[in-house]
Amino acid sequence: MKYDVIIIGGGVSGCATARELSRYRVKACVLEREEDVCCGTSKANSGIVHAGHDAWPGTLMAQLNVRGNALMEPLSEELDFEFRRNGSMVVCTEEEKRGDLQKLLERGEKNGVPDLRILEREEALAMEPNLTEDTVAVLYAPTGGIVCPFGLNIALAENAYTNGVEFYFDTEVTRITRRPDGFLLETTQGEYVSDYVVNAAGVYADVFHNMVSQEKMNITPRRGEYMLLDKTVGGHVSHTIFRLPDELGKGVLVTPTVHGNLLVGPTAQNLQEKEAVNTTQEGLRTIRDRAGKSVRGIPFRQVITSFAGLRACAQTHDFIIQEAPDAPGFIDCAGIASPGLTSAPAIGEMVAEMLRTRMNLEANPEFCGRRKGILNPAKLPLEERNRLIEREPAYGQIICRCEMVTEGEIVDAVRRPLGAKSLDGVKRRTRAGMGRCQAGFCSPKTMEILARERGILMEAVTKSGGDSTLICGINKDIWQGDE
Amino acid sequence: MEHYEIIIIGGGPAGLAAAVGAREAGAENILILERDRELGGILNQCIHNGFGLHTFKEELTGPEYASRFIEQVEEKGIAYKLDTMVMDISGDKIVTYMNKKEGMRQIQAEAVILAMGCRERPRGALNIPGYRPAGIYSAGTAQRLVNMEGFLPGREVVILGSGDIGLIMARRMTLEGAHVQVVAELMPYSGGLKRNIVQCLDDFDIPLKLRHTVTEIHGRQRVEGVTLSEVDENGRPIAGTNKFYSCDTLLLSVGLLPENELSRELGVELSSVTSGPVVDDSLATNVEGVFACGNVLHVHDLVDYVSEEAALAGRHAAQFVKGKEEKWKGGKKKVPVIVENGVRYTVPAFINPKTMEKEVTLRFRVGAIYKNAFLSVYLDGSRVIHRKRPVMAPGEMEKVVLKKEWLLLADGLKNITVKVEEA
Amino acid sequence: MERKLTCIGCPLGCEVTVELAGEEVLSVTGNTCPRGEAYARKEVTSPTRIVTTTVRVEGGMLPVVSVKTKSDIPKDKIMDCVRELQKVTVKAPIQIGDIICEDVAGTGVSVEATKNVKMDN
Repeated sequence: MKYDVIIIGGGVSGCATARELSRYRVKACVLEREEDVCCGTSKANSGIVHAGHDAWPGTLMAQLNVRGNALMEPLSEELDFEFRRNGSMVVCTEEEKRGDLQKLLERGEKNGVPDLRILEREEALAMEPNLTEDTVAVLYAPTGGIVCPFGLNIALAENAYTNGVEFYFDTEVTRITRRPDGFLLETTQGEYVSDYVVNAAGVYADVFHNMVSQEKMNITPRRGEYMLLDKTVGGHVSHTIFRLPDELGKGVLVTPTVHGNLLVGPTAQNLQEKEAVNTTQEGLRTIRDRAGKSVRGIPFRQVITSFAGLRACAQTHDFIIQEAPDAPGFIDCAGIASPGLTSAPAIGEMVAEMLRTRMNLEANPEFCGRRKGILNPAKLPLEERNRLIEREPAYGQIICRCEMVTEGEIVDAVRRPLGAKSLDGVKRRTRAGMGRCQAGFCSPKTMEILARERGILMEAVTKSGGDSTLICGINKDIWQGDE
Repeated sequence: MEHYEIIIIGGGPAGLAAAVGAREAGAENILILERDRELGGILNQCIHNGFGLHTFKEELTGPEYASRFIEQVEEKGIAYKLDTMVMDISGDKIVTYMNKKEGMRQIQAEAVILAMGCRERPRGALNIPGYRPAGIYSAGTAQRLVNMEGFLPGREVVILGSGDIGLIMARRMTLEGAHVQVVAELMPYSGGLKRNIVQCLDDFDIPLKLRHTVTEIHGRQRVEGVTLSEVDENGRPIAGTNKFYSCDTLLLSVGLLPENELSRELGVELSSVTSGPVVDDSLATNVEGVFACGNVLHVHDLVDYVSEEAALAGRHAAQFVKGKEEKWKGGKKKVPVIVENGVRYTVPAFINPKTMEKEVTLRFRVGAIYKNAFLSVYLDGSRVIHRKRPVMAPGEMEKVVLKKEWLLLADGLKNITVKVEEA
Repeated sequence: MERKLTCIGCPLGCEVTVELAGEEVLSVTGNTCPRGEAYARKEVTSPTRIVTTTVRVEGGMLPVVSVKTKSDIPKDKIMDCVRELQKVTVKAPIQIGDIICEDVAGTGVSVEATKNVKMDN
């Protein structure tokens, strides 16, 4: 199949690019290896919208972070995903490190981060009572925020899709070659041809880049492990709390999530293996040991799950967003490590603009930038909620009792464009199964809904696509045909 | 607003027995709110036998035990709503519920009985490292799939945790055609009943590995195996003891937690030991007119005791509604039950000697295994119970019965102390 | 011959040793109470169990119904019992106590439903 633009990867960078590109008349598609969008780095990260004081002035990271931060709020309204500007703090615990805090403030100002200030111990503790006893001063960034990483990624994808970008799932690119008529992409689901390729393949971006370019790229997966705590302790801190970087690196952060949990992490471990999203004993121990350096009394008894993600780190310590010098038409969107999630809206804008100028794209007159998320009945006034249940009784049936998700929401998640196909797909869209019992109660019910809505057998329902089936057979089936 | 004397949150064993108890004590207008599609709660999926020896003097399966109470509820004409989720309980006992037929509605109760039961601890609470593939189930989820839906969640199974649900599921999976390779237990002893170890594991040659835990989960899409390691006395894995088990399923039976989200929002004081409400001898919480019973109060191992406890809660709720007892009009004089040396908690945690029934049963658990030790109860300085117990274990709930006359005789009683005393 | 057993009478879980001459019990040791001896004698001569499992249902609200053997059956017949029940399908509605299968695995014991299953509407 022939496209003007093929985007490799349905993560947040790929989907942001797809959505911005859908503003123009262009035949574009996204090729995604997994069964859904938001399955790699984009699903397992801090969910932080960084203020922008960490990156070195002049880098793409600095520029796109600050721009992405500014875009996030209006985008969250346009695309209906969860975002909150809760403010962030960098905690300094040693008098002699004050200078470093000051430098961080100056760096932030150079990057264009608004309203940064240094708070003295008392003021900081008054705003955030669970900061460590050792707090000397903090750098306060009121523009810091938190976002639902799934919500952002899925909203971008859905909006791109409704504006004409095609999506192919379970489609892994295996080879890219340059031909006179464009790039030939061989995949596990057949061949695709395209004039332009956007390489937004996360930790695999180097693999694809190196298929077309002699200037070799190397992306190092850096594993970050996290612990997620129950909502009952979600208010342990109200700001995102970082620690002033020390010899151990940036250290682990402690933050509320947009859904009211408490998140602690990440660790930072460079790996070779690009699939190693497993948590480790060492990593989980490190989180416990280090988090206490910035926030006191973290109630680790309330951990409900732990997970790991891989940041895609380039050797240049910056994002690589450019046309490969020796492969015109092949646009890398690589090395999107932190603050990649924050920057995503700006990355999409930048890549789409690169394509627009190169391809002389015209505006898509049918483009609609607004998207409605899955209706959350809990946000409706009582009267309206009851009218909804009368019209659609499924909204009166709670399926996930921890997160209070109704059958109506799950059905919507399955039926909507680029809808959920698996338990994890439902979870990322509705939060069913993401609560304190971790799907113990709701998974059999959600599986039934998935089977019913998709017209498949229970045995075919998966946790996350592929071979991740949940049911192996029916009772006593091994004795079928017994004499 | 519609009004009920007593609204019971949950139609499992506790809620059903509380309803019957309340009706027998004279409450007329009772409503049970149940979130599942039928009454009976978790008993519906506990299809093994062994229930009811105390209550009915015969061995019943879970569904049979539940049906005995459901029949009583039906006979007594007690109202209930199924597929109905309670969303909120307010301090003035307005209950907000939701279902498909009625939407969100509010009703007024004079008394509320909390009977929501418990839930299983998930993997996250254990911090087992590894991937997050399909094939990791809590034992209770697997129990529901196998026993009620007829689906096999896996064929080659490793079970972590030797509490009763883990043991029972080892047998259930085996009898449905799966192969259970091993049951691992972190502690040096099983949390389950001896009878279950013999009849669920030994009968089928399933090994029980004490002092072992899962230290890694393998497989990206579906579980492909787990690593078991031996642990030291602090529960930390010992290097060099890793053993890989190839399997497609890991069942977790690693503990139950009372489900008190509604109680917490209502302002009910919760115990940090049981995670359940702190109650007095009438099973009343700190919120007036709100009672608790069953696994939401503390996790039981025998349903017979749940029924007994719930009937008591029902009775007291009925008395509260009738305003019969003076004790409700404020000025309760309660004596705290102090726990020491090996006793982790008691339910109830307070007793009012003047208003208590003729006897009060204190139920509790010990924190370790004790052999040939004594269970003692002191009323201030004087010992009133000193009972030798051949063995006590954390997996088995203990009880002592206090008589009203003892408490009334103890002049100016300040504390009741329950403790284990070594021989 | 010697056989070692764990008594299930109480949480103590005594390790009981039974000395046997063929079928005959010569001695029982290790038990702390008479219940231990009684249990051990039964367990070494004719161990029996109640079997609880599921049987498939046609046209019911649930796809399976829970069942049990009406009385205990010899322990070595447990697997024969469940294998035989694999072949059984019953039609809804089902009442607690309904006979699902008579004389399961040649034990002379019938299998009965332990749950009511209504017809699917």
